[in-house]
Amino acid sequence: MPKSLISIHDFSKEEILHILDVAAEFEKDKSQNILNGKIVACIFFEPSTRTRLSFETAANRLGARVIGFSDTGNTSIAKGETLKDTVKMVSNYADIIVMRHPLEGSARYASEVANVPVINAGDGANQHPSQTLLDLYSVRQTQNRLNDLTINMVGDLKYGRTVHSLLQAMSHFAPHFVFTAPNELMMPDEYKTFLKDRKIPYLETTQLIEHLNDTDILYMTRVQQERFSDPIDYEKVKNIYRLDAGMLGNVRKNMKILHPLPRINEIAANVDNTPYAYYFKQAENGMYVRMAIIAYLLGYK
Amino acid sequence: MTMEDKQLKVTAIKNGTVLDHIPAENLFKVIDILHLTQAGNQITIGSNLDSKSLGKKGIIKISERFFEDEEINRIALVAPQATINIIKDFNVVEKKIISIPESVIGIAKCMNPMCVTNHENIETRFSTIVKGKEISLLCHYCEKVTDSKNLIIKSDK
Repeated sequence: MPKSLISIHDFSKEEILHILDVAAEFEKDKSQNILNGKIVACIFFEPSTRTRLSFETAANRLGARVIGFSDTGNTSIAKGETLKDTVKMVSNYADIIVMRHPLEGSARYASEVANVPVINAGDGANQHPSQTLLDLYSVRQTQNRLNDLTINMVGDLKYGRTVHSLLQAMSHFAPHFVFTAPNELMMPDEYKTFLKDRKIPYLETTQLIEHLNDTDILYMTRVQQERFSDPIDYEKVKNIYRLDAGMLGNVRKNMKILHPLPRINEIAANVDNTPYAYYFKQAENGMYVRMAIIAYLLGYK
Repeated sequence: MTMEDKQLKVTAIKNGTVLDHIPAENLFKVIDILHLTQAGNQITIGSNLDSKSLGKKGIIKISERFFEDEEINRIALVAPQATINIIKDFNVVEKKIISIPESVIGIAKCMNPMCVTNHENIETRFSTIVKGKEISLLCHYCEKVTDSKNLIIKSDK
C-alpha cells in the first residue's frame, strides 16, 4: 500500500518539518513542472471552495493534470455506487487521489481500497491534515519558529476538527495553549488528557479579552452550524466571539491571527488591515503546502 | 451452596470447554461473539446463576469444542473475568485466563453514527484501550472511542 496522508498522526515530526521545508521552496518558485504527465484525481463528495481550488491549483502548478468531480449529483454515486467501487475505479485512472467525504473514516477506508496514495481533504468532523500542515506552515512563517509558542484557540473547540489536529501536531513543539470557548463548546476531555499525558500546559477561559495580550498565535474558528443537531443551541453560541480592531491595542507585536476560513462574524472586517491579520496569507500558504504534500507522496520531494 | 446443587443446575460434560464466570447480562453477547448459535455441538447454557464475585453469572458448556486463544480472547470485551476450563474425560485438564487482545476485528460496532463503517459494508477494526477494569475501543477509521457502556456486538455473522 503506498503512503497516504489521512490523519496528521500519519506523519512523523521529521516528515512534518520536511513538508514545511518543501512548501517554502515552492513558495519561492511557484511553478515547477516536476509532475508533468501525472494525473491528480480530486473527488469531492461534499462542497468546498478553498480546499478543492488550492489542491487543483497545486496540481496544475506542479505540471500535473486534474480530473474529478465536486458534486456527486452527476456521477454514478447518485445511482447508489459504493464508495469502495468509486475509489477503486478512480485509483485505476489517476496517480494520486485527493478526497473529501462527509463520513468519518472514509478517507482511511479509501486508502485501503486504492492502489495509489490518498490525501484526505476532510472526512466529516474527523481529520483535515493538509489544513493542519498549512496552519503549522503559517505559524512558523510568522514566528520564525514552532517551539515554545502560546497558541490561543478561540470558538468551537468541541466540534472543530482543525483545532484538534493542530493541537496534536503542535504537541511536538513544546507549546502553551489557551482555550477560549463558551461552556457548550469547550475542548473535549480526550484532548486535555492528551496534553496532560505530555505535560503540555493549557488554560481555559470563556472570555476572548482575557488572554488576548499574552498570545503569539490567535487561532480563531467559526462556530459551524452544520455540526449542531439543535438549532437553539447554535443560536445561543453563534455570535459569542467577535474580534474587533479596537481590541488589539495591547497585543504582542509578533501576534498573528489565523483562521481556517470561511469566517462569518467572528472577525470584524476592520481587523483585515491591521498588521496582525494573517488569514488570507494563510489560505495562500495552503497552495504551497498542498504542492509539497502531493510531490512528497508521489516520491518527487 | 453444596457441590451437589451445582451438579444439578448445570450438568457436566465429558469432553469440551466450560466458560464460567460470565457476567449474566453479557451471556448472550458471548454466545454471539463465539458464533455458538450456528454450532452443531451439544451446548448447555446456564443464566442468572448465583455467583459470589459477580452476583449473577452465566455459564456455557460446549461439548467436543476447543477454542484457539485468539478466538477466546475475543470475549474479553464483554467477559474479562471469565474462566475457561478445558475438559477431557470429565476432568479439568487445563485452565485458561482471558487476555485482552490489542485489536478487535469485525466484532464490535462503532458508536459514531457518522463513521464510515456504519454506512458501507466494512469490517470494523479497533485498537483496545485499557484503563483499570474498563476496556474501550478506538476506531481505526473514524478515530472515535467506543466505551464499554456503548458497546454493541455485531451478530450478523
